[in-house]
Amino acid sequence: MKILVGIKRVIDFSVRVQVKKDGSGVNTDGVKLSINPFDEIALEEALRIREKGMQAEVVAVSIGPAEVQQQLRTALAMGVDRAVLVETGEVLQPLMVARIFHELTKRENADLVILGKQAIDDDCNQTGQMLAALWDRPQATFASKVELKDKTLTVTREVDAGLETISVDLPAVVTTDLRLNTPRFVKMPDIMKARSKPLQTLKLDDLGVAKAPELEITNYAPPPQRVGGKKVADVPALISALKERGVL
Amino acid sequence: MNKILVVAEHDGKTLNASTARAVNCALAIGGEIDVAVFAVNASAVSTAAGKLKGVKRVLKVERAENAHQLAAVLAPQIAKLAKDYTHVLAPSTTFGKDLLPRAAALLGVQQVSDVMNVIDATTFERPMYAGNAIVTVKAPAAPCILATVRTASWQECGTGGTAEIVSVTTDAAVPAHTRFVGLKAEKSDRPDLQSAPRVVSGGRGVGSKENFAVIYKLADKLHAAVGASRAAVDAGFVSNDLQVGQTGKIIAPELYVAVGISGAIQHLTGIKDARTIVAINKDPDAPIFQVADIGLVGDLFQILPELEKELDEL
Ligand SMILES: Cc1cc2nc3c(=O)[nH]c(=O)nc-3n(C[C@H](O)[C@H](O)[C@H](O)COP(=O)(O)OP(=O)(O)OC[C@H]3O[C@@H](n4cnc5c(N)ncnc54)[C@H](O)[C@@H]3O)c2cc1C
Repeated sequence: MKILVGIKRVIDFSVRVQVKKDGSGVNTDGVKLSINPFDEIALEEALRIREKGMQAEVVAVSIGPAEVQQQLRTALAMGVDRAVLVETGEVLQPLMVARIFHELTKRENADLVILGKQAIDDDCNQTGQMLAALWDRPQATFASKVELKDKTLTVTREVDAGLETISVDLPAVVTTDLRLNTPRFVKMPDIMKARSKPLQTLKLDDLGVAKAPELEITNYAPPPQRVGGKKVADVPALISALKERGVL
Repeated sequence: MNKILVVAEHDGKTLNASTARAVNCALAIGGEIDVAVFAVNASAVSTAAGKLKGVKRVLKVERAENAHQLAAVLAPQIAKLAKDYTHVLAPSTTFGKDLLPRAAALLGVQQVSDVMNVIDATTFERPMYAGNAIVTVKAPAAPCILATVRTASWQECGTGGTAEIVSVTTDAAVPAHTRFVGLKAEKSDRPDLQSAPRVVSGGRGVGSKENFAVIYKLADKLHAAVGASRAAVDAGFVSNDLQVGQTGKIIAPELYVAVGISGAIQHLTGIKDARTIVAINKDPDAPIFQVADIGLVGDLFQILPELEKELDEL
């Protein structure tokens, strides 16, 4: 069985992102970049499936500039068998990313693709669903529990109403939610060991994937600022303040 | 003229309020608005959808496979229907987020997620980076535009409409590779978190599942829905459907009371549109106080009982 895991390099979740004054984007100078947290969960889940004794090869895939090799090295250190970088300097949108993954599922003959439910930079929440559509295979999104038996996945999904369970046939796409697992920490010796693991680079242009339509982003603006900060001394003052604002 | 199809969210019996919010976004785009109800028997839901103001027609799309609103089953049907429309909208709930990208990919369309504002029929505002940036995006008009609607940004449209209800069938082939097994819904008599005018949320500071009783008590006093931070859900104090934030529910109540919540960026994303934010936290430097309209520093286990007492005396 072959499992592909997608990882995207994003601005770290702890950074308070600032919009550039000219509206052309957000500040990335000197800003910490990490693996999208949902993708770390995807990596962890793939490794756990393998560690449960399933014969599986786990391949981490990232699409981006040469620098994302660093994040792929982290994935290798976590325990994936090999890594593939699809190199491009362009910022791609979900439909294009899904097309690239679709091409890779064919090349790799994948049985399972695990992606994060959303990337915390564009917050789109689309790629897994789009890949499943193009591949004509099931999608199990927002997963908080995954059980694999024979060629069937039983997946618990976090939905607005509570927890939904679906059963899907492999090959399939799973997207991860936060409570699926807690990713392991990478240990120093693993980083050393990972240096000898294979990391293959493919040029996006060589993949033969047709360019997908895109949204044109014409402006970035900071959100309207809330002016908070007012404090009251005690409960009676809290009640008065609520009345003043007309909420009580 | 724009022709807009709104995909109804429902549980087979009742129309979810998020649909009326998506219709309001359709009204902002302008044009003829239809609502599609996918179900085994769509009658009750269609009747409700037909009353939404501004809706011209309700399409009942009835077939046995539509029983559980599975994305893999509905998306091919939406892709067929989309041929007659300039826009297809769905609420940005877990239902719409799961479904619409699948339909978009079938149509070769790059979807717009979480529309918070309509500039014109092809230009929209949406949040990125946990709401720390609002971007303006222009979508290609052809073949059509697919977008999810950030429900917290839109009021429910009015009622009193008299839409025509029609049955439609598509010849879409639907797959059998995905099966519904079950839904564990958290039953509650409390107001619904996503639409309640008042919400009381508890965080890690509440300390335990048992202690969460103080949050429920205050919520009952205020006739409020109950919410939680991710830390509170992860710790098992409450179920996942109560999580508020970037990866939980995005809400816009009149009153939001954050109790024992520090105010991480990911949590604040979910409450930015609340009209009044109250924070109760023992740490005077907690970031939640920077956005709170009314802050009270102190131990929640002292403050909450006192607050309940004062509310009783009102
Ligand atoms: C990718 C990603 C997505 C995320 N999505 C979400 C999301 O959707 N929603 C979300 O909420 N978080 C989300 N988080 C987590 C977020 O970063 C924070 O970790 C989380 O919100 C913290 O929850 P908290 O405020 O309850 O806990 P803490 O940060 O631990 O805060 C607890 C607070 O309680 C106060 N306190 C303790 N005891 C008392 C007392 N007796 N009386 C009064 N106050 C007390 C403390 O002073 C403290 O401020 C996400 C994180 C990541 C990485």
